[in-house]
Amino acid sequence: MSTPATSAVYDDVVRTDSSLRRFLHGLPGVDQVGCEARAAGLATRSIKTTSKAWAIDLAIRMVDLTTLEGQDTHGKVRALASKAMRPDPADPTCPATAAVCVYPDMVATAKQTLGDSGVHVAAVATAFPSGRAAMDIKLADTRDAVEAGADEIDMVIDRGAFLSGRYLQVFEEIAQVRAACARPDGTSAHLKVIFETGELQTYDNVRRASWLAMMAGGHFIKTSTGKVQPAATLPVTLIMLEAVRDFRDQTGQMVGVKPAGGIKTTKDAIKYLVMVNETCGDDWLDPDWFRFGASTLLNDLLMQRTKMTTGRYSGPDYFTLD
Amino acid sequence: MSRIDVRKTYKLYIGGQFPRSESGRSYVVNDAKGRLLANAAQASRKDARDAVVAARSAFPGWSGKTAYNRAQVVYRVAEVLEGRREQFEAELRAAEGISPARARTYVDAAIDRLVWYAGWADKITQVVGNANPVAGPFFNLSTPEPSGVIAVIAPRGPLLGLVSVVAPLIVTGNTVVVVASEDNPLTAITLGEVMATSDLPGGVVNVLTGSQAEIAPWLASHMDVNGIDLTGVDDAALAVDLEVAAADNLKRVRRPAPDTDWLVQPDLDRMTRFLETKTVWHPIGV
Repeated sequence: MSTPATSAVYDDVVRTDSSLRRFLHGLPGVDQVGCEARAAGLATRSIKTTSKAWAIDLAIRMVDLTTLEGQDTHGKVRALASKAMRPDPADPTCPATAAVCVYPDMVATAKQTLGDSGVHVAAVATAFPSGRAAMDIKLADTRDAVEAGADEIDMVIDRGAFLSGRYLQVFEEIAQVRAACARPDGTSAHLKVIFETGELQTYDNVRRASWLAMMAGGHFIKTSTGKVQPAATLPVTLIMLEAVRDFRDQTGQMVGVKPAGGIKTTKDAIKYLVMVNETCGDDWLDPDWFRFGASTLLNDLLMQRTKMTTGRYSGPDYFTLD
Repeated sequence: MSRIDVRKTYKLYIGGQFPRSESGRSYVVNDAKGRLLANAAQASRKDARDAVVAARSAFPGWSGKTAYNRAQVVYRVAEVLEGRREQFEAELRAAEGISPARARTYVDAAIDRLVWYAGWADKITQVVGNANPVAGPFFNLSTPEPSGVIAVIAPRGPLLGLVSVVAPLIVTGNTVVVVASEDNPLTAITLGEVMATSDLPGGVVNVLTGSQAEIAPWLASHMDVNGIDLTGVDDAALAVDLEVAAADNLKRVRRPAPDTDWLVQPDLDRMTRFLETKTVWHPIGV
């Protein structure tokens, strides 16, 4: 999955602030009513039995198990990393999660526990969650996390710059952070770009931010930090899924999507999977292209999984608190 | 011009709300003479699941209240029931075909039972707790704690029977999911209305109506239910199945007693059956 830093198709678009603004404001407006109706309609699909079992396992493999608290300790991160590798110790057939998502200073701890298990370490960088810091500090934050061994970087965009229309500034920030994700051996950590859609005010802005981030070379576009309400919602994710679908049609490059925050139940997760399948097709039904940023979701997935294998309802007493 | 009837739709009582069954089903409830009385919601296993979730989330708040406060709330249920006694007397007469005097006896007994159990809330600890003599410099104290979420298969007595099985569980701090009597479910939902308006937090008592044989096995095998009271199960084979299913997570089980005379003054057993004992060692003189 190596994408050029900027998609050549859009070289002209990103040359000046005004050309970029012209392009982003020229994107078709989002039909708010239609979008919400479509998202609500897809959420009514009923997924049962073997399809449900398959969806639950897929959802577990897509979880970025997250702890982003001021009170995080090394012990907590180690416990979380162990859980990511073996979510249900009682059942060896239960798949591992995609990644653990931590603050940059916890990357080394997480990496040490995860070893070569295949579970990635994602680090939030660039003055998460507000993004209010000088550019060189954001870049240093990113480099630190990559040096410590992060496989994925979750950056936040400067919403202030975005909302006041300084799109080229946001574009260049993303491009520079992406450059800072490079490792000495020539590989690069994957970059997820967080929009904080709860602060973007309109669906049109979500669409613009999606295109901006994709043109700047983000590997993933992510809804929220989880620190602002509303976090991930179905309509917002639908707009982002449409954007990555259209971007592939235009450029041939695939970009992943990660809704984060507020997805707590298996039922919610399956609604998202249905939407991915109906909007983008099953190319995106893969942990490389779709993720859930979540902490409490995993336990509910495990409880549902246990219900399906044992035939009786499970309870939170049988899973770790995290 | 004649007035249009305002008929009541009997629904479930889950988490302080009165939802219909998620399955959309209902069943016919007849009065003592076999005439149509009303339709009741026929709860499914998913309603039972939702009720357990509601009971579990209500548990920390309810068990964390002071015993004195729980007593006040249960007493308040008795107060509100007293204020609506005519409605309950009328419902009992319609459902069971009993005389006005008999109906009044049952309602009186149900109110008195609530008051009696309310009084126990802040006394049960003194009676079943202990200061244990130990060979060391410690205070050693055993105190009762509520078991957690208790599923109750309610007996046929639509008001007194129900109150007699639910009140002893909630005064000690448990939260409950009740499967109301299949033949006489309507009074249980009306009692739900009383509980919803008497400071009892939503989810402390949840009432399901429908088929005992359909719902009870899901509650018996549910890993997040800590105890099951089979009082109202009158099918012996079903009772055995339920007890076997309950063994998986070592639920406390109370065996069936469908023919109990609920007018008889109870002992403490219904309260103490669903309690756990916590023992603490506290150093002396440090």
